[in-house]
Amino acid sequence: MRVRPRDTAAPAPPKRSLRRRRLIGLAALGAALLVALLGSIAIGTKVIPPGEVFSALFAPTGTENDLVIRSLRIPRTLLGVLVGIALGLAGALAQGFTRNPLADPGLLGINAGAAFFVVCGIYLFGVTSLFGYVWFAFAGALVASVAVFVIGTRATGGATPVSLALAGAAVSFLLQALTSSIVLLDETSLDAYRFWVVGSLAGRDADVAGQVVWFIVVGTVLALASAPALNALSLGDDVATSLGHSVRRTRLVGVVAITLLAGAATAACGPITFLGLIVPHVVRAFTGPDHRWLLPASGLAGAVLLLVADVVGRVVVRPGELQVGIVVALIGGPFFIALVRRKKLGAV
Amino acid sequence: MSAPAPERSPEVVPVAGRRPLRVGRFSGVLRPRPLVVLVVTAAVLLLAAATNMGRGDYPIAITDVLATLFGGGDAGQQLVVLELRLPRTLTGALVGGALAVSGAILQSIARNPLASPDIIGVQWGAAASAVFVIVLGGGVAGVGGWFASLGIPLAALIGGLASATVVYVLAWRRGIQGYRLVLIGIGVQAVLVAAVQWLLTVAQIYQAAQAQVWLNGSLNARSWNEVVPLSIAMAVLVPLAFVLAHVLGGLRFDDDTARGIGIRVNGARTGLLFVSVGLASVATAAAGPIAFVALVCPQIARRVCRVGSPPLAVSMLLGAALTVVADLIARTALGAIELPVGIVTAVLGAPYLLFLLARARQEARA
Repeated sequence: MRVRPRDTAAPAPPKRSLRRRRLIGLAALGAALLVALLGSIAIGTKVIPPGEVFSALFAPTGTENDLVIRSLRIPRTLLGVLVGIALGLAGALAQGFTRNPLADPGLLGINAGAAFFVVCGIYLFGVTSLFGYVWFAFAGALVASVAVFVIGTRATGGATPVSLALAGAAVSFLLQALTSSIVLLDETSLDAYRFWVVGSLAGRDADVAGQVVWFIVVGTVLALASAPALNALSLGDDVATSLGHSVRRTRLVGVVAITLLAGAATAACGPITFLGLIVPHVVRAFTGPDHRWLLPASGLAGAVLLLVADVVGRVVVRPGELQVGIVVALIGGPFFIALVRRKKLGAV
Repeated sequence: MSAPAPERSPEVVPVAGRRPLRVGRFSGVLRPRPLVVLVVTAAVLLLAAATNMGRGDYPIAITDVLATLFGGGDAGQQLVVLELRLPRTLTGALVGGALAVSGAILQSIARNPLASPDIIGVQWGAAASAVFVIVLGGGVAGVGGWFASLGIPLAALIGGLASATVVYVLAWRRGIQGYRLVLIGIGVQAVLVAAVQWLLTVAQIYQAAQAQVWLNGSLNARSWNEVVPLSIAMAVLVPLAFVLAHVLGGLRFDDDTARGIGIRVNGARTGLLFVSVGLASVATAAAGPIAFVALVCPQIARRVCRVGSPPLAVSMLLGAALTVVADLIARTALGAIELPVGIVTAVLGAPYLLFLLARARQEARA
């Protein structure tokens, strides 16, 4: 951070180029999202030509293609957008709040909590519908993240990145152990659980999206509202306090937002790991560390990545499908590794 | 150090509260606390091992266990102790020790408590290839017993070394930076987890169930077949780790400082990485990817000993003790049902870690 004296006549050239880069980046993301939306509606086990997609969207006549698009692909696409935005935002928030570029919503135990509650639902109550899993998963995400945050902040020096990470790891391991015990002792639970745990958009109807949409909306509002506080927080707790931000309140809002977003996403689709971890890193390449840009861009990029991964999963092993969670890991992994190698990673 | 050594100055300034220990050219600091911890942990390990060999469907008193170990006991006791429970207990102790040392080294190198073989893809690399064998090679049910007993550990060993090599090659850019190593490890791990989960969805349910047992880390039916290769590998790797351990303290500093105090940073790091990965791979090949031991034992050891970076010897004994105690619980807690040991290590390790985090807070207040 070099402080420039105010009275220099010319504006700093890096600033202008950064601004241009951000706008170009956002425009590119917007265009990519549009392409991904169309692709998600047109491409699947059955590829539907653009003309018919158009007529199905705006002048449906009840043909088979119209039915496929209106009853299957549109709900699935909208759910993909919702979940992608939620995961991208949750990842950016998690990294911002913990000041830890390794942070991921899964680090707060959300995936493990959701998985444990879902398995309990299967084992104790015989729940096997995707619709039925949602509330179990959401409750589990909530319980786990609250536990991790409470434990993490009670450790030395408040919620330091390391203490949060250790608390998250401990809670996750504990919950995974309990989950594993149940599926080991009961093969029926394992049979249902192994298909939920890969994370997929398939088979979710509009009702599932309807169940989680408001959580994601509220979480998004909270996330975007906390951008200035996150910027202050990235300068350290003391500086943030002296700038008039309540560190404690900011962190609390952050955890609530992460839980709402990641919890809702996991409840709707099962755990999709990795998306929340990689998206902010990708986006930071053009937004820089300013959360007012980083957060919206992460949301958009999350939606793009999830839709693209879902379309790829529909195409690669036709007539079968590869679950979106697996595709995200297979696309995202190498991409993320390339990024880590290329960039000099600073702290968030 | 080209200057002629002066007469040893009489006024060696002692560090407050530390007693120097000199043997000829070598010197160190005598720290009583880790020594006490080491002795206590060793005692716990021996007690747990003896108890583990006595408990089960065929109970044997601890005195009889000891007598049998030293050549006494009747035929039945000899069979149960020497052929079944001793190798199983030894496997547990060796695996736990290997994982903890592996974790301690990785965490020190990367200067990051998240860098442990269960996080950065070493154990999951082993797991992925083992599940591959179970699901696509038929596993125990489909193929003859000898292939299954040989196939899965061998696949796991190759998988662990291969994924570690991939992580290492990808993380190398004009040297290894701990931070980059962890990030890339997590990336590789995510891909491996996805691969395993996909394999589980395409498997038959009985294969998935078998893979699930293996994935949690299990010491069930472990025999001398596991103990012998494990012992040989550890006899080579653990001394290497201890020889290289003196640079771990220096690697805590940034690279320039470490070079300044005479450490060949990249060389030392590569050697230590190799040792760490080797230990994690042989351990996982023998007993599956037992989680938590590698991640947590070094951290617990560090906190209990109150030192800056994870101490190797204490971590090793702690890992061994934790795994043996966990196996004892896994075998006996639920009566006839035997849980995989990895589940118990997680259940035991997690609350203790949380307790330590909470206690650190109290110390900060005091």
